[in-house]
Amino acid sequence: MRVPRVLFAGAAGLTLMLTACTTDAPDDSPEGGGGAAGLTPDAEWFDREEFEAQLAQREATPEGPEDEPWMQAINPEWTDTSAFVHDSPGDATVCFSNASVSNPWRVTGFITMEQQVEALQEEGRIGEFRVSDAADDDNQQISDIQAFVDSGDCDAIIISPSTTATLTPAVETACESGVPVIVFDRGVNTDCMVTFIHPIGGYAFGADAAEFLVEELEPGSTVLALRILPGVDVLEHRWAAAQEVFGDSELEVLGYEFTEGDGARIKDLVSQHLQRGEVDGVWMDAGDGAVAALEAFEDAGQPYPVISGEDELSFMRMWKEEGLTAVAPVYSNFQWRTPVLAAGMILAGEEVPAEWVLPQEPVREDELDEYLERNADMPALHYAKFGGEDLPGYPEAWTER
Amino acid sequence: MTPTPSPGTRAPQDPPARSPWSALAAAGRGGTATVALLLALVFVVIATQNPSFFEGPPLMAFAKKAAPLVILAIGQYLVIVSGEFDLSVGSLVGAQVVVAARLIDGEESNTLPVIGLMLAFGLVVGLVNGLVTTLLRVPSIITTLGTMLILFGAVRYWTGGAPTGALSESFRVPGRGGIEGVPLLGQIPWALVVALVLAVAAVLLMRSPWGRTLVATGDNDLAAAFSGVRVWRVRTLAFVGSSLLATVAAVLIGGFAGVTAQVGEGLEFTAITAVVLGGVVLGGGRGTVLAAVLGALTVEALFTLFNQLYLPSTIQPSVQGLIIIAAVAYAARRGGLRLPERPRRRPDHPAEPELGTSRR
Amino acid sequence: MTRLPSLLPRGPVPRPGTTGLVYLALAVLLALGAALVAARGGSLFTTATTVDLFTRSSLLGFLAIGQTLVILCRSLDLSVGYVAALSTVVAATTMAGDPSRILLGVGAALGLAGLIGLVNGLVVTGLRVNPFIATLGTGLVIKGYLDTNFQGPAGSVPAAFQALGYTRIGVLPVSTLVMLGAAVAAVVFLRRTRMGYHMYAVGGDAEVARLSGIRAGVPTVTAHVLCSVAAGTAGLLLAARFGTGSATVYGNGYELEAIAAVVLGGTYLLGGRGGVAGTLAGVFILATLDTVFNVLGVDPFVKDVLRGVIVIAAVAVYARGQHSRAAVRVRFPPGGAPPPAPGPDSGTGPAAPAQPLGGSR
Repeated sequence: MRVPRVLFAGAAGLTLMLTACTTDAPDDSPEGGGGAAGLTPDAEWFDREEFEAQLAQREATPEGPEDEPWMQAINPEWTDTSAFVHDSPGDATVCFSNASVSNPWRVTGFITMEQQVEALQEEGRIGEFRVSDAADDDNQQISDIQAFVDSGDCDAIIISPSTTATLTPAVETACESGVPVIVFDRGVNTDCMVTFIHPIGGYAFGADAAEFLVEELEPGSTVLALRILPGVDVLEHRWAAAQEVFGDSELEVLGYEFTEGDGARIKDLVSQHLQRGEVDGVWMDAGDGAVAALEAFEDAGQPYPVISGEDELSFMRMWKEEGLTAVAPVYSNFQWRTPVLAAGMILAGEEVPAEWVLPQEPVREDELDEYLERNADMPALHYAKFGGEDLPGYPEAWTER
Repeated sequence: MTPTPSPGTRAPQDPPARSPWSALAAAGRGGTATVALLLALVFVVIATQNPSFFEGPPLMAFAKKAAPLVILAIGQYLVIVSGEFDLSVGSLVGAQVVVAARLIDGEESNTLPVIGLMLAFGLVVGLVNGLVTTLLRVPSIITTLGTMLILFGAVRYWTGGAPTGALSESFRVPGRGGIEGVPLLGQIPWALVVALVLAVAAVLLMRSPWGRTLVATGDNDLAAAFSGVRVWRVRTLAFVGSSLLATVAAVLIGGFAGVTAQVGEGLEFTAITAVVLGGVVLGGGRGTVLAAVLGALTVEALFTLFNQLYLPSTIQPSVQGLIIIAAVAYAARRGGLRLPERPRRRPDHPAEPELGTSRR
Repeated sequence: MTRLPSLLPRGPVPRPGTTGLVYLALAVLLALGAALVAARGGSLFTTATTVDLFTRSSLLGFLAIGQTLVILCRSLDLSVGYVAALSTVVAATTMAGDPSRILLGVGAALGLAGLIGLVNGLVVTGLRVNPFIATLGTGLVIKGYLDTNFQGPAGSVPAAFQALGYTRIGVLPVSTLVMLGAAVAAVVFLRRTRMGYHMYAVGGDAEVARLSGIRAGVPTVTAHVLCSVAAGTAGLLLAARFGTGSATVYGNGYELEAIAAVVLGGTYLLGGRGGVAGTLAGVFILATLDTVFNVLGVDPFVKDVLRGVIVIAAVAVYARGQHSRAAVRVRFPPGGAPPPAPGPDSGTGPAAPAQPLGGSR
């Protein structure tokens, strides 16, 4: 048995080495004991100016119709689009390059978008709607955009980029073709598009969640952060904002875990944390699997934590049933309506905001019942603020997706 | 590729009947013991990090989490020991959970019929994998890669991309519930009971004539065919076993954590990792099902350990990668050292063309 | 194409073989796709779709050419997606937007890729780790490194290098030309060099290859190095298209797609048979499928289903065509394909291994 021992020693040594390696870089490692070291946002993902701007935008009153948040804009700077006016918008082809429909949030949004397209087509404001789906593959999406440009058929191109930096050259190519380009959800590193549509942003989301925990928990309470993936800017911004907020508080952050949004993994990780000590609060960078996290507390026989999830219905229903202390930060799903509406406006030569910042308001306890009632027939993994109630396909298109 | 031993050590007329015995014997001597030792070591390190881990409830929580992988590993073992691969299990688990949620839709009365339907679906997937691989002669890595894509796409197409519906409370009992109020342990999870029963059944199965035939087929299918084994049937049954066990794992995983869009992702590679960590040789014919079970427990224990060491989760894949390479390299080394007495244990099979020719 | 003219077996008149079959399938697919698109009132051969088709094929082409070499040696490489991702990051961070550092960036990316290939090859041959596990393992190691050190896009690629990703001559993108060049080089390498013969020999039968004086490890290690370098090149192409390094591209399942292209091209997963010309057709088949699906607006999930069915069906057809006579099956590497039937009926395989094989008996 000489060989295995050598191997084990090797493996163990290696493990230790790797652990040691990572402790050299303080920002990389989740801090077991909490403390300030883990709560300094990574400079790569933290832009203080932008952070503060987003926090301020939460308080701003948006322009636009009261009951149509998808048409509202915060501090808009209107852009003239008369150069893009189309003679008969009813025959105009609108092309949409979608990153993917690989998660429930995108599925819900895409249905809303399709319904909005139907409504606009009936009104004769846009014509054919072409979609290509890149299945989360950046290279594929570059090809998709290229194909739209080369085909010459598109009178407007809508892009929901799969990754910010990598899609920049492709978006620039699309802009150069002279067709109006509309980017929404994740951004790109260029401002060549006619309008960039997005809710306030990741910092506001992360701060909404973290501020709620700071408010509701006693000083010294412990908080566990559950994150989906590293390296995705919209998610990194949420965490950076949370680090900033927690850093100024007296909460003890136990650490963060990457879960890939997988319920089994979330439940396992939370159970393990519960074995090692109390967890009073849970911060999530997206609501996927919030129910699994709560079940881990239930199965361990521990009281539910104060939790921030998302406006996803299975979480909101559990919130109501169990009387949780919770908040549902929102990454406004209704933003999927806006790009097609914007395309209609651009083709008609109407002004649009150059950066169209949509409102993004968390669902709080006092609104919980209202949103649950409005979405009573909707399936789990549907998003409460999807904003499609006035569209022709409501409610079948969403309930029977 | 793999260096081959000198031809002098090769006994061309090795009787096929010996293989299951030698495989079992070899595993008894080395593979199972090694992985058991590795598992014990990981547990010891966990204990030093977290002494309360062995205090009953945490251990039971571990068992509950590990049970699905154990079951998947048993299924994967059946296929691997017969000389094939099953890459479709991750997709199958995901598909089954999503299908279950959609069909049950929260109705308690639908639970049993839907579980029946899931088993039937698993059976069909296994049959397709097995028959396409054996009768149509498509390499199993391609067959199961194909079914992986098909299941992944079909289920998402059917549900519009994200799962809908909900699982019933009774569906969730096997994965989430257990025998309550046991002294010291708290709750004995049903998942543990299911995994134990299946593991014992699998050990017995591998000792039965069918089990020996399966190992013999993986060891040398030509020799097995000569001795009257219907190779296609044995292998197809192995695929069916894998798919059915994946279905059971799906019931447990769905029960454990409910429905999320990502359920099942990457499980095929984790299951294969578990099996090879148990010293089971890809290519078939060697390794025990007990070692595969221990391999699965080791993988889960390692994940737990990584977590307890506060190893950044981003670096965990690196450690996992190094460990599986080391484990397989070690197994290959052991196999290599024993070659003189186990002449046919070679990844390459120079004997086949000869036999093939002689057959014509 | 994989025939070694000087060493043709004394068999009957050669049949069209798998490579012919693959090109036939490609032609049928193109015709079918064109008909389908035409039925919808479109055309498959517009500039836009042709460019699209070529662009899609160039990335997969690099990965699949490399994978072909490895598979010919009866090995496998599951790490190519990770190597490509690493290569985008290394190239982009080394270049750092400075045109004078392009060569350095390319060298660093390809050098590192080659090094990983060397490790893969040595682990497979020296430590005798099954290639499936060995390359899955190195892939995971790279994944951990990337996830830990590169969160999100890193570095930037100068405009001059981005031209590789976007310039085209007529309908033919430069990247496709480079890929076709690499394919031709690989064909020549396999047909005209000693090392190429040895790869077939080792994949055909390592034992016999060894007996005939080939050091089994060398061709396999070489194939792994070349495969990783090809994957690194694919990464460079990605970096040129992205304008930056992106660590997360490994999530796109390139390795399995490359393997699918190789087997679609008629190369044996068991090694020793097939070649780059077939692979190229396999790549174009997959790219055509993608383009046609895209033009027809097929649901992305249906695409996955159709791809799965087509890959299985194609391989089943080849297996039938090639081995109607051989009723035997081998144990491993993966899968149920029968062993290479030696002698006269080796339709597509090179004859190199066949002769020492006969001699050794």
